[in-house]
Amino acid sequence: MGYVFQFGVVWEHLPELLAGALLTLRLSVGAFVLGLLLAVLLTYARGYGSRAVRGPVVAYIEFMRNTPLLVQLFVLYFSLPAIGVRLGANQAALLGLALNFAAYGAEILRGGMQAVPVGQIEAANALGLRRWRVFRHVVLMPALRVAYPALASQFVLMMLGSSVVSAISATDLTAVTNTLQSTTFRGFEFYFVATGIYLAMALAARAGLDVAYRWLFPPLLRLRSA
Amino acid sequence: MSRGFGWPELQFVLHGLLWTLGLSAVALTAGGVGGMIIALARVSRLRVLRIVAGGYIGLFQGTPVLMQLFLAFFGLAVLTGVQMDAWPAVTLAFTLYAGAFLGEIWRGAIQAVPPEQWEAARALGLRRPATLLRVVLPQAVRLAIPPTVGFLVQLIKSTAVASIIGFVEVTRAGQLMVNVTFRPMLVYPLVALLYFAVCWPVSLLAGRLERRLDARGSGSPRR
Repeated sequence: MGYVFQFGVVWEHLPELLAGALLTLRLSVGAFVLGLLLAVLLTYARGYGSRAVRGPVVAYIEFMRNTPLLVQLFVLYFSLPAIGVRLGANQAALLGLALNFAAYGAEILRGGMQAVPVGQIEAANALGLRRWRVFRHVVLMPALRVAYPALASQFVLMMLGSSVVSAISATDLTAVTNTLQSTTFRGFEFYFVATGIYLAMALAARAGLDVAYRWLFPPLLRLRSA
Repeated sequence: MSRGFGWPELQFVLHGLLWTLGLSAVALTAGGVGGMIIALARVSRLRVLRIVAGGYIGLFQGTPVLMQLFLAFFGLAVLTGVQMDAWPAVTLAFTLYAGAFLGEIWRGAIQAVPPEQWEAARALGLRRPATLLRVVLPQAVRLAIPPTVGFLVQLIKSTAVASIIGFVEVTRAGQLMVNVTFRPMLVYPLVALLYFAVCWPVSLLAGRLERRLDARGSGSPRR
């Protein structure tokens, strides 16, 4: 094998790689926030909506979970312009990731909601709370606590999965790497370092989300030590 | 110059779907063998094996499958000195990817078998390989089937990224047909529907298997 590895050229382009990584992070966090809000709405609609509402909501969730993100992005970015909806590559990437995350988030939240005892909801109803407030305080918050670890995992999965937005020319870490390798012909080295950056981001996100969990959801019962 | 989307174009896309299924089948089979080795290494008594297998899983679950694919593609080119077809790179990448996920799923299944089962087998004088093969694995298989079927959906969907390095599976076939027919509003939703038609039944099956397992209890004899 006559190939000589040269990582020097990769370090020269590190700022560009990091700029790409920053966009990956921004897209992921943006899609997480948007997607989670949408997931809450979907969950509410699924739990409280009429049959006519529940059907399409379930269909949406199942469809998004059983088709590849890449194809969803193609529909948003390449198909929609045919009916006059034009999105920028980064906008389409954000929207696609958010719509995709919403479906998984809704499924995870449903699992979390099943952990809320029915008696608790009945108690809230008996107290005369409005339906939305019952949902928010009595169902959603405890469900979020239960669902948090799964949502955190899903966030990391989305961040890694977001590398396919490069295929619709969004300028994330993968796209920057593609460009650099095609101008320097050091494909293996660039992808190796970019993969390392993804791994570091995934580990950091996991650690950060663990810390956030303890901060957002402190233990319900604190045993008082004497 | 632009042509319509007719039967030959549809045939081309469907042919791509066969490659999607073929790639998934190869990755599931070869990855299944790799995953079994990884899972056994994870529950091994040798610390080194546990650490290596754990690192392997962490690496493949902590990086994008697209990056793994690029690394396989360029890595193979480096090793052999020639730029190769996409096929060896995609089979290699998806086999390693499936191996990591299946290894982790099956490790969980093996460890979900109660430790008393190990102890009882030992008390009966069975050696470790026999315990694993005759006592633990038969019980672990039942626990492992629903999540394995669930992973199959993830695997089939993830093969879509093979299109990015030019492997003509169903997504790439759709892309090529868009290029000649200029009908993205027709072709991409069709491709999505094809994935849905394949994945949804598998998802439903996974859900059903899981509920059946839940109904029967954890699959292990109760005390």
